[in-house]
Formats: sequence, structure tokens, C-alpha cells
Amino acid sequence: MSGPADFWLFLSASPLFWLALTLGAYVGADALAAKTSRHPAVNPVLLTVLGVGAVLLATGTDQQTYFAGAQFINVLLGPATVAFAVPILRHRSAIRRNLPAIAVTLAAGTTTGVVSAVLLAKLFGGGAVLVASVAPKSVTAPIAMGVSREIGGLPELTAVVVIATGVAGAIVVTPLMDALRIRDWRARGFAAGLAAHGIGTARALQVNPVAGTFAGLALALNGLVTALVAPLLFRLV
Amino acid sequence: MLRAFVVVVCFQFAGEALSRLIGLPVPGPVVGLALLALAALALPGLQREVEEVSDLLLRHLSLLFVPAGVGVLQYSDLLRREWLPLLAVVVVSTALTLAVSALAFTAMTKRGGEDTGA
Repeated sequence: MSGPADFWLFLSASPLFWLALTLGAYVGADALAAKTSRHPAVNPVLLTVLGVGAVLLATGTDQQTYFAGAQFINVLLGPATVAFAVPILRHRSAIRRNLPAIAVTLAAGTTTGVVSAVLLAKLFGGGAVLVASVAPKSVTAPIAMGVSREIGGLPELTAVVVIATGVAGAIVVTPLMDALRIRDWRARGFAAGLAAHGIGTARALQVNPVAGTFAGLALALNGLVTALVAPLLFRLV
Repeated sequence: MLRAFVVVVCFQFAGEALSRLIGLPVPGPVVGLALLALAALALPGLQREVEEVSDLLLRHLSLLFVPAGVGVLQYSDLLRREWLPLLAVVVVSTALTLAVSALAFTAMTKRGGEDTGA
């Protein structure tokens, strides 16, 4: 170790540095979000991504180097998905009472998500591959990427659109629901999980526990329904 | 807590295995969620066992999306080229889906009488 340049070479090659940067940036972004009483525009995912992205750009670090550290966070998405069993079990009587609403909303929301994405993409000049890639945008990335591949989309593009949809949904959900005068936490949460998968659900969990539970339920159910019917819907539009 | 984490990971693994073995169109973790919920209905002790670790994972769910979000930045060329249809889809279709879902849900629950949930 002879100087700052060497030290930086050592540091930036270490997965631990990128893991620490991601965690540190998130803690900062989350504290900022808490300080603004969870203002919808102060989205911790977006802030952290922008912060970390700026460091990667400024230092010319490639994705592989970053992911060597970030993968330890990424791998926890699987267990976190399984963990939704707990809030669903906790609120199972409320879920059982609302089964008709859940079924109807699922049918309406899943269809709107796929059909409106396809029509808008066509309307704004998207090519065939882009149109197929955006169709499953409202569901969690692994399901969306599988559907995209099946209907002739580009799974990598789908992953990008899925993340962007999640962030947009998480930012827009609170003002939109307020404008529509929807105060029912079950409806607000279910909409967030259905339209904006895990990132919308993360927002719902921060706002209200009932909203968070219904969001988690919608995320799982919409994933299931979209995997089964999106290819069919896509061919019909 | 560690034992509970092992339980959650085992359910994820069982979900992955089942999804692969019978060719389900649903990813392993979602199958694992269903398996854990069903198992906990049969064994009530299981829910208590995994509660603490599940709450911890879900409390910081936002963090877990950061690596995937940073991954988006490597597609900046594509985003610059196709920004208009992508922006239209991401903003308009997402808002529309949110609105239709929430309105459908409230229309259904109003018909069936008030229920504060929880």
C-alpha cells in the first residue's frame, strides 16, 4: 500500500466495500425518508440506487465488481418473498372475509396491467420486442422475466421496466389514492402490491400494516395469475 | 432467529424444487410462500417460530431491491433510445392499474358492508 491510488484499488476490488456502500446509502436514504414522514417522493429505493449509481459512475466501476458485494443483499429477496407467509397468516380472517373483493380486483387489475401496458407501448411507437417486454411489468421480476421470454420479449429489458414500475408505483400510490378519496387500507395496499409488486409492497408496509399485508397478498396472487394468463391476454390484444 | 432463518430458506428451497420438478410457471420463492402458509396452518407453532425473522426481512424489503435497481443503470443506452414508450408504460399504465385495482376493491367491499380490515 503505497498511496491513495493503491488503497482505492484495494478497496474497490473488495466485495465488502460495495456491500458496505449499499447498506450505508440505504440507511441514509431511509433516515431521510423517515425524517420527511415517509413523503412519497422521498423513495428509499430510488434514492439509494441514484446514490450508489453515482459512485459507480464517478469511479468507473463495472456492474460485475459491484454485484460481487451486492449479491449478498440480492439473495435475500427469495427468503423475503417466503416471509410474506407471516403477515398473510396473521391477517387470514380479514383475507377470508374479503375473498370476493380480492378475486374481482385481481381479475380487473391483472387485465388492466397487461392490456394497458401493451396498448400504450404500441401507441408510443414501441417495436414488437419492446411491447412483449413491457406486458408483464407489474409482477415480481422472476415471474415477469419468464413471461417475457415466453411471449418474445427481452427478459433484461423486462427487468428494467419491472424495477421502474415498482418505483413509479411506490411514488404515485399515496397521492393517487388520496386524489381518488380511497381511504381503505386494504384497497390501497392491494392496489400497490398488484400494480407495483415488491417495491409497491415495501412502500405499503412502511405506511400501514394492513396495507402491507394486502399488498403482499396481491403481489403473490398477481404473480400467479399473470404467469398463467398474461401470455393468453398478450395474444388477444 | 438463526433457526427460523434456516426454516425460511428450507421452504424457499422446497418451493424452488417443487416449481422445477413439476414445471410450475411460478418462481420457487412464491411456491415457498404458499408451502410455508399451508404448513403453518397445520402446525401453528411454525408461525411463531418464523415471525421474528420474517418481520425483520420485510421491514427492510426496500433495501433488497437496490442491487436490481442499480443493475438498471447498465441499460442506459436502451433507456435513452426507447424512453418515450417506456415512460408512457411505466407511468400511465402503472397509475391506471393502481386506480382500477383500488376502485374495484372498494366497490366490492362497499357492497358487502363496511369492514375495517386488520
